[in-house]
Amino acid sequence: MLSVDLSARKLGLRPGIPVAKAQALYPDLVLMDADPEGDRLGLEKLALWFQHRIAPIVAVDAPDGLVLDTTGADHLHGGELPMLKDIVHRMAGAGFRAKAVVADTWGAAHAIARYGRTPIALVPPGNTASVLADLPIEALRLPPTIIEGLATLGVSRIGPLAAMPRAPLALRFGPDIARRLDQAFGRMGEAIVPVRPVDPVEVSCNFAEPIGAAETIARYIGKLVLLLCQGLDERGQGVRRLDLLLHRVDSRTEAIRVATAMPVRDVKRLTRLLCEKIETINPGFGIERMVLIASLAEPMDRRQTVSSLIAEEETDVSDLIDTLANRVGMQALYRFAPVESDLPERSFCRVPALAPEETKDWPEHWPRPTRLLARPEPVQAMAELPDQPPLFFIWRGVRRKVKCADGPERVFGEWWKNDAELTIARDYFRVEDTSGERFWLYRAGDGEHGETGSQGWFLHGIFG
Amino acid sequence: MTAATHKKPGLETLRAAISRLEGHSDRRRRMLPFGVCEIDSRLPGGGLALGALHEVAGGGNDALHSAAAGQFCAGIAARTRGKVLWIVTRQDVFPPSLKQVGLSARRTIFVEASSDVEVLACFEEGLRHGGLGAVVAEVARLSMTTSRRLQLAAETSGSLGIAIRRWRRQTDAADFGQPTASVTRWRVSVLPSVPLPVPGVGRPRWLLELIRARAGECADFEVEACDGKGRLSLPATLADGSDQEAAWTRRARA
Repeated sequence: MLSVDLSARKLGLRPGIPVAKAQALYPDLVLMDADPEGDRLGLEKLALWFQHRIAPIVAVDAPDGLVLDTTGADHLHGGELPMLKDIVHRMAGAGFRAKAVVADTWGAAHAIARYGRTPIALVPPGNTASVLADLPIEALRLPPTIIEGLATLGVSRIGPLAAMPRAPLALRFGPDIARRLDQAFGRMGEAIVPVRPVDPVEVSCNFAEPIGAAETIARYIGKLVLLLCQGLDERGQGVRRLDLLLHRVDSRTEAIRVATAMPVRDVKRLTRLLCEKIETINPGFGIERMVLIASLAEPMDRRQTVSSLIAEEETDVSDLIDTLANRVGMQALYRFAPVESDLPERSFCRVPALAPEETKDWPEHWPRPTRLLARPEPVQAMAELPDQPPLFFIWRGVRRKVKCADGPERVFGEWWKNDAELTIARDYFRVEDTSGERFWLYRAGDGEHGETGSQGWFLHGIFG
Repeated sequence: MTAATHKKPGLETLRAAISRLEGHSDRRRRMLPFGVCEIDSRLPGGGLALGALHEVAGGGNDALHSAAAGQFCAGIAARTRGKVLWIVTRQDVFPPSLKQVGLSARRTIFVEASSDVEVLACFEEGLRHGGLGAVVAEVARLSMTTSRRLQLAAETSGSLGIAIRRWRRQTDAADFGQPTASVTRWRVSVLPSVPLPVPGVGRPRWLLELIRARAGECADFEVEACDGKGRLSLPATLADGSDQEAAWTRRARA
């Protein structure tokens, strides 16, 4: 048996036991033939999907993994940890239990993803050796014969193996152990040969002499973008995501990925987006080949500009949005849109900055505070029951006497979303203290019935 | 400087000559008037200069919350045309309140930066672009050098830049005394609202202090907070409503 599912694992079945034995133990076991070719094709498809969504350099790490070079791409997902969470979450949505690890080297990431304890791990740069030391030698991508041989020698962990003298090991097992150890610890480079998407617009240039200076790279980026835009123009497409691969003389590949909010075919704008990322490139001993790929392109038609006779067109800010998004990340750039909810913290949501404009809007019956606290802060207050505003309240250690107040504005829990909110109510008051500062307070509960809330007071917002 | 000095033609030509010498373009700098004659007459050019950096801070506890300062800036941004970029480090703006001063959520794009340095970088990027109505950024520290860069970016593109100075601690608010290159500097403090004959909170009022104005003088105003279109107004001196006579003469002239 090659692989078992979770329920079979609970029955005590493990990969490696003969089929006949398993069938003898559990006659109604569902067996399926292994399909290595199908698995490989599936994995390749998944790799292309990852290339689409996550990072430009993706390769299949057979038989059960993918390896990504996320350098220069994680910022589009809001950092490394959010990116890993996103990957695992998306895979879980598709029915896969995935583990994701960011580490310095392919070897280390491979080992920790398969033998680490947590589904998501982030190995800080330089910590690779200490994390790897405790893992079993199976994590090193060595052939089974070598692992068996090492087991006979009594070596089962990577740490002791790395500490052993190299020469006798190489004499007995060949050069594989030293190579895999060096690859895992980052002493030897390992190129990731990325999968290629189907027929993208792609331009490249080779250099007789390796280049390294930022100005030179910028100049060639300009030339490549010009060629790319001509190619896109022929197809009537605009680019949504652009990958620049820089092949170094030491056969490592640096990558830059930029994304745009709308299809773009503007040479100047794309050049600028790419050039802003030049400082993230490490040219090493020089770059001998640059490849620019429009990895995600969308149809883009020429548009007639609106005549100023009819209406003054609003200035297009999508180029600014792209510049900012590539600097702070797509998630950090948003607009607010109304949500139909009476609870203040649920009454708005974040939508992409250039999302189509919604027609709904917030009702304007009551004044709303300029600032809404992320979490309502409990305050001590004294108020007449059931529906009088507080006479005074103490917030952050300061006692404030209420001079005048508006309210209550009663908000009920959303029982159609959550059964627990069936009885919940809040009474909102807008109060002004003697110094003129205005606050938004609420009482959890209606002041009469205990089941409507704790009857405690909270400060939720501050008025201007 | 009162309204009377404005009428002197000699002074105006002198001002124009100086601004030419200073290297500003020949075209008159565009202004965004407040629509309140008492405030506009105190500002050189008769309004808030577009293509310039302005600073706003809250007074008292509002230096930390920036509720009044935020609303004041939203009111200014609401009266510009085009999209508005609002850059923050910690997001606590309540979007329905922006709409209540006339700044539609469809126009306002928020940027949540991770640090003050990133806020300033995005601020400058937004000002350089030139296609935005206003760029608002909430920052704590603003050095002379950075503010000069921002002012220069705003001047070249003609965008309105507003820095809301917002500090984490009350003691840091003394930073507002440090000189910067901004054209005007405002402090907005809350005042007790207009008393109503019935229980309830009246229209909010602010003490608006013009602490610094380039080529202008400082001034204090007691104003009523922004209305649904982002306009300020002076509290009525008469007991029942606005100054009818002045309003009628204004309307008759228009």
